[in-house]
Amino acid sequence: MTLIDVHAHFHYPGGARADWAERNASRLAAGKRIGITCHVASILGSWGRRSPTYFPSPDDVVAGNDAMLAIMREHPGLVQGYACVNPNYTNHALGEIDRCLAAGMIGIKLAASRRADDPLLDPVCAAAERAGVPILHHIWQHRRKDWPGQEASDAVELVTLARRHPKVAFILAHIGGGGDWLHSLHAARPASNVYVDLSGSGVDTGMLESCLDAVGAGRMLWGADITMETGWAKLRHLENLISPEELERIRWKNAASIFPSQLPSSPAP
Amino acid sequence: MRIDVNTFVGRYPFRKFPGGSPQSLSEAMDRNGIDRAWISNLSAVFWKDPTEGNSVIYLAAVQHSRLRPVPAVHPGLPNREAVLSEAVRRKAPCVRADPSFYGVDPSGSEMRWLTKACASAGLPLLLAVRLEDGRQRHPNDRSAELTPANLRELVRSDPKVRLLVTHADRECIEQVHFGSTPEEAARILWDICWIWGPPEDHLALLLDTVGVQRFTFGTGMPLRIPENSLAKLDLLDIAPHDRKRIEGGNLEKWAS
Repeated sequence: MTLIDVHAHFHYPGGARADWAERNASRLAAGKRIGITCHVASILGSWGRRSPTYFPSPDDVVAGNDAMLAIMREHPGLVQGYACVNPNYTNHALGEIDRCLAAGMIGIKLAASRRADDPLLDPVCAAAERAGVPILHHIWQHRRKDWPGQEASDAVELVTLARRHPKVAFILAHIGGGGDWLHSLHAARPASNVYVDLSGSGVDTGMLESCLDAVGAGRMLWGADITMETGWAKLRHLENLISPEELERIRWKNAASIFPSQLPSSPAP
Repeated sequence: MRIDVNTFVGRYPFRKFPGGSPQSLSEAMDRNGIDRAWISNLSAVFWKDPTEGNSVIYLAAVQHSRLRPVPAVHPGLPNREAVLSEAVRRKAPCVRADPSFYGVDPSGSEMRWLTKACASAGLPLLLAVRLEDGRQRHPNDRSAELTPANLRELVRSDPKVRLLVTHADRECIEQVHFGSTPEEAARILWDICWIWGPPEDHLALLLDTVGVQRFTFGTGMPLRIPENSLAKLDLLDIAPHDRKRIEGGNLEKWAS
């Protein structure tokens, strides 16, 4: 059975963590146990070592993307990549998107360097449309204030961006990743090009039911982010809520429909 | 025997969720292979007198033999001794207090009275560090989380008090465990519901550093989906006998 994690991260020696290799190995081992056939992952610059995680410098963006490409090469088919960019450096971001997609990446990762509804994101979205790749956008579910360390966006701001770029698929990151997920779902409901990624440490009862009610199984994408047990738990919980056909859509078919064709639709060897 | 020490019946004032009845809890237990559950009254946590919710869980335990009641004691109310006596008389496995929600100093004189009374009665005291992720709480839900300092003070407040702590994360557990003497630490049992699995592997690390014997199974349902605690156990490389200890063996030994 195919299972695509649309929200994964890896580490590398140039990042802030000494235990980078253990964390990567743990992700792959847990993924094997869960049955993940493809991790679609990103590296956010130097993870805070040389520039802030959510405001990565151009040099760190390149280093992180290079490391991501190396991990993809190490695990062909099993690991795919998002090109992480900082939209404050427009020309650099566009160049990096071209470079990384040409090297095999299949999506764009926008974190929290610039608010989602800011016009500076438009050239990045135009590049996504030209290339036919989705944008995974870090979201704070109902941002009531500015949180330290990031210029976070919420679903209302992402939907504003999505309306300006109706041909681009946007992935609303980690609905369980903190904040008021119901607020996000109300915002995402009418935006047909916004997909909800189920990752995040939050495992609230009612969250998955609300996702189904708001966007339906056709706009839900399975993911784990940095807590793989919560991802697996949500998958198990969904088995009791929906039909096998709907579950297949969430497990991989929806992802396969928005990513370019190199995304595998069968289990990795 | 898989025993869930961290379950509720009742409603939550800050958001809607499916379930909340003893029957729906029982069905969720069946779906997840949970043999027994210790139940608290979620609605009553927020009442002026949370002990008014105890009759509901006593009744649920009578009607559902797999459920065991965890009555609340408000240490600031004049009925505190009577409530504790009733818990002993009804053979409750432990009692709970939620001082932050009651407006009581979590490690003040009233809570210290409770730890001594529980120790004297031979009843463990259940404490929840939090009920919900701090990032998503309702704007009017301003109750503080229990801190590692609170827990250290409470476990030191009586040499015989036993604490069952739910909803604690790695940082909290480490700061309490390694900030206590081995004798103090041995009187605390931690539920696993809020501890992260891979790739961060907090649970695997804690089992190694703090010890398997200090952990027990809990889910936090119906606020949280129970599959989460099972998934994190399934992702551990752990001997079957150690898993059984977490699922119930440690609890039975510790509570006896």
